[in-house]
Amino acid sequence: MPARTPNVIEIRSLVNRFGEQVLHDGLDLDIRRGEVLGVVGGSGSGKSVLLRTIIGLNRPVEGDIRVLGQLTRELDDEALRRLQTRWGVLFQNGALFSSLTVAENIQAPMRERGDIPLELMEELAGLKVKLVGLPVEATAKYPSQLSGGMKKRVGLARALALDPEILFLDEPTAGLDPIGAADFDQLIRSLQQSLGLTVVMITHDLDSLVTICDRIAVLVDKKIKVGTLAELMRDPHPWIQSYFHGPRARAAGIAAD
Amino acid sequence: MTDQPGWIKLAQGRDGAVLQAGGAWTVEYAADLDRQVEALPKESAARVLELSEIEAIDTAGAWLLARATGQGESKEIPWQNLPAEFQPLAERVLTAGPKVIPDHPRPRTVLDWVADVGAGVEEALEESLNLIAFFGEFVLATGRVIARPRRFRWIPLLVHIEQTGINALPIVGLISFLVGVVLAYQGADQLRQFNAQFLTVNMVGISVLREMGILLTAIVVAGRSGSAFTAQIGTMQVSEEVDALRTMGLDPMEVLALPRVAALIITLPILTFFADLMGLLGGGVMCVLLIDMTFGQFVGRLNDVVTATQFWVGMVKAPVFAILIALVGCFEGLRVTGSAESVGKMTTRSVVEGIFLVIIFDALFSILFSILSI
Repeated sequence: MPARTPNVIEIRSLVNRFGEQVLHDGLDLDIRRGEVLGVVGGSGSGKSVLLRTIIGLNRPVEGDIRVLGQLTRELDDEALRRLQTRWGVLFQNGALFSSLTVAENIQAPMRERGDIPLELMEELAGLKVKLVGLPVEATAKYPSQLSGGMKKRVGLARALALDPEILFLDEPTAGLDPIGAADFDQLIRSLQQSLGLTVVMITHDLDSLVTICDRIAVLVDKKIKVGTLAELMRDPHPWIQSYFHGPRARAAGIAAD
Repeated sequence: MTDQPGWIKLAQGRDGAVLQAGGAWTVEYAADLDRQVEALPKESAARVLELSEIEAIDTAGAWLLARATGQGESKEIPWQNLPAEFQPLAERVLTAGPKVIPDHPRPRTVLDWVADVGAGVEEALEESLNLIAFFGEFVLATGRVIARPRRFRWIPLLVHIEQTGINALPIVGLISFLVGVVLAYQGADQLRQFNAQFLTVNMVGISVLREMGILLTAIVVAGRSGSAFTAQIGTMQVSEEVDALRTMGLDPMEVLALPRVAALIITLPILTFFADLMGLLGGGVMCVLLIDMTFGQFVGRLNDVVTATQFWVGMVKAPVFAILIALVGCFEGLRVTGSAESVGKMTTRSVVEGIFLVIIFDALFSILFSILSI
């Protein structure tokens, strides 16, 4: 798809408040087409709320969010639904519908469109399952029969069901063993490259940040600081310093001993 | 989307037939593209698929093109001139394909149905045995706690008494009152034909005290509290709280089941007593309205015809039903595995089994009382 604007998401002076607690205060963020952006921040700093705000699950107190050039708060229901088919979301534990098989889970967004023939949906579900690296036999299984890593892969396949342009991932590697996490990172990277996706991922995994993220957005002081890993390493902010120069960062090979 | 919808057609080139495709091959137009692909002549002798006019493509579109050209089959038609920006996607789809549909499971036969019946019977038998084993464990746990009463958990007991007893008073009272009303109304109507309306009092008194009061209360409690027990314990099972208890050396039977069973043994008789009162009151109100009778006369006649035995026949069942309902509730709760879905399934099962057992035991009591001629 040809790039019409360099930014797929533009957030301007976003404010999110829950009672007394202010999570975001005048937050700005641009997400560029075709990049993998990692979002990091301390627990309770509002990473998940930011994600939920972008995808429309949470209405911000103030601020403008433009997704694919459309101002989300001005869209009517119909236009919002159309926009929603242009992004896919992978929730933390996959959020698969437990009463549906893998194939039916992947077909759920397709069914919502209403016009795709059943046979084609079956084929596409099988195709997505293979795209995320699972055997095609997995389509007949129920979520309770899958391991945590497989659930995430199915969740990813479901997020890709309608061939979105943007992929939101909430801690995709949390709860996976290091080998599984590395595989999942590679899968995200290769899908991003071959399908031309823009990926926004919340993560705590320093390895993911190093290996697959083009840029990193850090949520500190209710705002976002964004830059490449090298740029952020030089940032004097104390939280960013301790994040990228801590013992775990050294273990991940980011910071020198 | 400003792209032109996708299209595919068969054209005659210099060296024979050529398939040409162009426009946007995206999921947006999937239904239409699927029709176009299906409409292509099956035995087309096309030599190649020309893709230079493709404007956009996604995995759904690439898959449809793969199907159109029989990728992975013996007569596959090669692709050419796909714009470079779409190459990685096409390769990805073609490596994932072509076999993406699992073999469909064998269709079900009559034999499968018979096997299902067998499996169902076996499961029911196993379930009954497990329930009896659970009762045994419960008795042992009760014995342990009686030996060392300080281990009993009093606070949970009080909480469960409040939840299963006090909070259930309005619904139990209302239902019993209405059933008393209905009994008296129907009874008076029938008995009038024999000019024996005054026997309505006997009928209401005996049926409410012996059967209706306890049975209705037990059914309401099974639906209200039996299900709550299963859901509470089941949720704890899902979040591994029950396992946490076990690792601390605490017995779930003692911590979870015992206070609940004890609470119900206390509350069900009280609720039954309340239901009896309300049922008689409902019958009384109806007698006053329908039959020429004051409320004082109703009470007096009730006193003449109903003996204490009738009342105790109903009451004696209450603790037994309480144990049945609470045990089934806790048993199914502890059988919950893993998913939230399982909590729902087990809760339904707990209510159905609770009511079923209550009615079975009610029938057994009837046989017992008729043998004892009470």
